[in-house]
Amino acid sequence: MNDMLRLVEPLIPALRRYARALVRDHAAADDLVQDCLERAVIHWEQRRSDNPRPWLFAILHNLAINQFRRATTRGIHVAIDETNEDAFGQEAAQEQKVMYRDVMAKLARLPHDQRAVLLLVGVEDLSYADAAKVLGVPIGTVMSRLARARERLHQELEGTAGDLNNNIVQLRNRT
Amino acid sequence: MSNRPITEDDLHAYVDRALEPEREAEIIAYLEKHPDMAKRIAAYSDERNLLRSVLLPITEEPLPPQLNLARMIERPRRRPSSFRWAIAAMLMLSIGGLGGWVIRGAALAPAGGLAALAEEASDSYKVYASDRTRPVELRDSAELVQWVSNRLRQPVKLPDLSKSGYRLMGGRVVPTAHGPAAMFMYDDDHGERLVVLTRPMTSDQNAPMAAHSGDDVAGFSWADGGTGYSLVGPRGVDSLRPLANEIRKQAQTI
Repeated sequence: MNDMLRLVEPLIPALRRYARALVRDHAAADDLVQDCLERAVIHWEQRRSDNPRPWLFAILHNLAINQFRRATTRGIHVAIDETNEDAFGQEAAQEQKVMYRDVMAKLARLPHDQRAVLLLVGVEDLSYADAAKVLGVPIGTVMSRLARARERLHQELEGTAGDLNNNIVQLRNRT
Repeated sequence: MSNRPITEDDLHAYVDRALEPEREAEIIAYLEKHPDMAKRIAAYSDERNLLRSVLLPITEEPLPPQLNLARMIERPRRRPSSFRWAIAAMLMLSIGGLGGWVIRGAALAPAGGLAALAEEASDSYKVYASDRTRPVELRDSAELVQWVSNRLRQPVKLPDLSKSGYRLMGGRVVPTAHGPAAMFMYDDDHGERLVVLTRPMTSDQNAPMAAHSGDDVAGFSWADGGTGYSLVGPRGVDSLRPLANEIRKQAQTI
């Protein structure tokens, strides 16, 4: 178990980042990470590989997906923390906060399976093979989702993805 | 230089810096000759970096006490979850009808055989009510009654909840440690689903109605004349208790 503390503790910040980027709500994300760690403690001896990183991301991912499913079943949306007041320390620049909200809002417009692959591969630096394990899909599916996700995020950020964004572009053009 | 054709996968692997140096050189050469594609790939790279830089501060935040791993290792806290409930149910089985079992977080937790029934009903709800493709095995009510009555070796009556706004979707036989149980699923106009589980009881042949609740599900369980019933739905549905009373009343008039 000392082993576990040594191997897992350094990964907690990344797990928090993945959870928050995936579900957006700060408190809900930390609850997911807590649940993930508690499960990891209980099932530590049952893990199959020496590298606990993909294993932990897989537990966390499955918990998040279950939450999305339950939210859909009940016909209510997962709470979205639009303000994210706690997302940065007070010393953090206002500009960075605005940027964070903007990028998160655009990321949230992607289907969650695309969002997941973008984050696992592009932010958490999981290999394509590990991302496939976390997502429970073949590598080919990871690649095609990644391609769709990158193109979709590109369109969202460029403002060419939908009507709402087109309006924003027009406003910008006028000024 | 190899003659392997450039694939989309290569371009994404280039964005992720996941290519062997030789292949990377080939991609760079390719992009130099295809400025439109180079522009797109550069944008993907920029956006990848943007995501990373925007999300980086999250990893620098101090960890809240709830994420103290050392404490969790010292004192593993077992939160109710379907998986752990399944383990708990199995454990309980191997011990063999151990009395005094209490479902976590319950106000009036059922004990003994009734607790097992409540667990089974909650698990069935979690597994089947969330299934969008095939929540029930049989939809025809006459066929369903015939099937479950045969498997349970006793006449089973379908509770009718239409007056309360819940239609029968159908049902199936589900396995439990105490043999087959009949599961019926209902939904209302909002798509809210409820599950009724019923089976013969080995212990707790007659038990007063008891409430139970977990993280996301809640329900009521009881047993009359050797047959147990458990009604389970999403937590927060106020009508569960009157519905349970209605089902009990109907069952008593067989």
